Amino acid sequence: MRRLLISVGLLLASTVIMYGLVTISGDPLQDLYEDQSPNKQAKIDQRIQILELDKPVPQRYLSWAGGAAKCLVPGLSCDLGQSRTGQDVTALLGDAISSTLALVSASVVLAIVLGVSVGIVSALRQYSAFDYTLTFAAFLFFSLPVFWVAVLLKQYAAIQLNDWLADPVVSTLVVAVLAGLSGLIWASIIGGDRRQRLLVFAAAAIATIATLSYLSAVRWFAQPALGPAAVIAVSLAVGLVVTLLGSGIRRRGVLYASVASAGLVGIVGTAASGWIETNASWTVLAALAIAAAAVAAAIGYALGGMDRIPAIRSAVLSALLAGGVVFLDLLLRAFPSYKDAVNGRVVATIGERTPNFTGTFWEVQIDLATHLVLPTAALILISFATYTRFTRASMLEVLNADYVRTARSKGLTERTVVVNHAFRNALIPVATLAAIDFGSVLGGAVITETVFGRKGLGSLLIDSVRNVDPNPVMGCYIVLAVSIVVFNMLADITYAYLDPRIRLS
Amino acid sequence: MTAEATPTAAEEPTLVGPLPGVEVEREFTVKARTQGELVRRRFFRHRAAMIGLVVLLGVILLSVTSIGIGPVPGWWNQDYLATGSSVDGGRPTLDLTPEVVDGQREFIGPHPFGQENTGRDYFAMTMRGTQQSLFIAFSVGLISVLLGTLVGAIAGYFGGLLGNVLMRITDLVITLPLIVVASVVSFRFGGAGVGALALVLGLLVWTQLARLMRGEVLSLREKEFVEAARAMGAGPWRIIGRHILPNVVGTILVSGTLWTSSAILLETALSFLGVGVRAPDISLGSLISDYQAAFQTRPWLFWWPGLFIILIALSINFIGDGLRDAFDPRQNRVRA
Repeated sequence: MRRLLISVGLLLASTVIMYGLVTISGDPLQDLYEDQSPNKQAKIDQRIQILELDKPVPQRYLSWAGGAAKCLVPGLSCDLGQSRTGQDVTALLGDAISSTLALVSASVVLAIVLGVSVGIVSALRQYSAFDYTLTFAAFLFFSLPVFWVAVLLKQYAAIQLNDWLADPVVSTLVVAVLAGLSGLIWASIIGGDRRQRLLVFAAAAIATIATLSYLSAVRWFAQPALGPAAVIAVSLAVGLVVTLLGSGIRRRGVLYASVASAGLVGIVGTAASGWIETNASWTVLAALAIAAAAVAAAIGYALGGMDRIPAIRSAVLSALLAGGVVFLDLLLRAFPSYKDAVNGRVVATIGERTPNFTGTFWEVQIDLATHLVLPTAALILISFATYTRFTRASMLEVLNADYVRTARSKGLTERTVVVNHAFRNALIPVATLAAIDFGSVLGGAVITETVFGRKGLGSLLIDSVRNVDPNPVMGCYIVLAVSIVVFNMLADITYAYLDPRIRLS
Repeated sequence: MTAEATPTAAEEPTLVGPLPGVEVEREFTVKARTQGELVRRRFFRHRAAMIGLVVLLGVILLSVTSIGIGPVPGWWNQDYLATGSSVDGGRPTLDLTPEVVDGQREFIGPHPFGQENTGRDYFAMTMRGTQQSLFIAFSVGLISVLLGTLVGAIAGYFGGLLGNVLMRITDLVITLPLIVVASVVSFRFGGAGVGALALVLGLLVWTQLARLMRGEVLSLREKEFVEAARAMGAGPWRIIGRHILPNVVGTILVSGTLWTSSAILLETALSFLGVGVRAPDISLGSLISDYQAAFQTRPWLFWWPGLFIILIALSINFIGDGLRDAFDPRQNRVRA
């Protein structure tokens, strides 16, 4: 509570500084002085009135702060002032926040999932070729300027990917290179002696060649879809993998519950796909997800036996993931018609949606997603490096701890040791990093949004600073600052939840 | 180890008690190393850090000697501001592929990095940009280390009201978004040049180090050796300077290095957004920003500055990693 008060005080103080900084940065009427149109004076008067330029700065600040304070009181409508063109800042912010949130949340989630899993493998295979390559890659990513990568992605990834999608045939050379790469990666992840490595390399390479050749031959990339059989198979596999990683295949109750609920979601999803396709909206999908989770919880409760709690947890997770697979399948089905609608230029480089684009729910989702691909990729590169390094370091530290040695000497399986004893403890510092990283990702979003022409918080902020337009700047600043404070508090709470030795004071 | 040991074993230094005869002499030939020597040895054996150091020194040397600094001229014959007629569409004349591959001798040519739209020599421009970016990065590193150490040490050692006030100021500075402050400074004092930019960035990024330092100092000041120094009548500044700082020099150095490398990315990003180094002056970021539109026609205008940013940031990062390993070898060779 005391900390909360202090943070509020700090926020207040920094708004004063920020307001002062923006007002001294220049003259908000600068562009109008150079205006040549006959109604110049009227424009000037209008802006003076909107921005209350006839009043002294402290008074302007107080009136802004008064309006902003209404946001805290329920029942009163939020008033963050107007921009210099007379638009309400709250409305401006609403659009900007949704755009930035889509970008940031997608990239943060992907970066965490990818970074943490790669970091763990890297730690488990310390001093392997995989580890060294990743260490170098992480350092390289740390040193990459975001804007440079973003421009490169725009120039190469987008254009070449679009050209390729026009006639999606995977050439033999690409197949060979990808097969070699996947062979190397799997061989160094799984490890073992030379014989085993060679076997793994061959298996992975052959599997890659077969998949790619098949997909290319049936022109899958032109009309990507999973199909009912694949959806059900993937769903079952999801259930299996979740159990395998979460609690081990030996616990039959958990296994049956997870596979059953994942399979059920897959089958029902496929059977009802026609209905979902036509009636889809976010509310319907959310309701379906909740229903799936509830059913999965019931299945877990029924089949869990001795391991009721882990069974429910694992079943719900599997069901949701399987639901994701179904969603992906439906999305992919709409892909060909979307591609025709945008004349084959699928991967977009500018904005957050195709202007004047109308289509079904699924086409609109694809449209949003294709606009997100490149900026998300640019953002991921940077935080991915942080997460892998951090997870690796934390995992190494934990693997060296006494309790892990104890667990090993008790004869527990490697999976139990790694997942239940090491991973959970290694995750504690990573959880705090995730919260803190959110702030820096928002900073990176400013640049990414500029390059990709997205109208998010970052570009709103930088444009308003350029125009000496204090109210939007303050609005963006408040949103950023509040979210950083909230995320720091969340980090503390997660920390205390994951590590009971720490008490919230 | 006994006298019956093999001849090779007898040559090994041994720490087992006083042994008869010649062994005793050998025992004292084990070289005693101070903490500093150990750290230096570990650092100089860190291969990645050494490569980083060489590359960084090479880049610095190249950028400084080629176009010179200020009034001192360098060996490169073109100026980064002089326009000229464009040769071969401004394509780079640098050809480093060996003769056996493409049948042409390796060649530097009049414009190794090409020319930009108005015929300015891009090599000279890149070198100028490198100088400015390096200058900013190192100044930011230096300022943030000095300020952060000072604030953190004072807040940690003295604590109380002074420490609280200092830490609240730190928290306040953390909340200020860099981009806004930098752009305000840039628009208001745009003509002040790179020095102002470096100062502003330095004045904003010291906060992390201050927090880190405070934590370390808080735990160090309770240690017995500090107690002993105080008992012998040492004043607070002497304790901080002689007893505490040497123990945190690793933290300071590592964090300073890493901040230097982030500073170079930060500066280039700000210049890219148009709020850092501004025309007519050049930094690596402003070069990329200015010529990203020309990517289709003259891609080299985009590649060279990017390459130099990556080279500098990567080598500084590797040096930082080497320093961390040297000061804190706990993370190496884990897993029994």
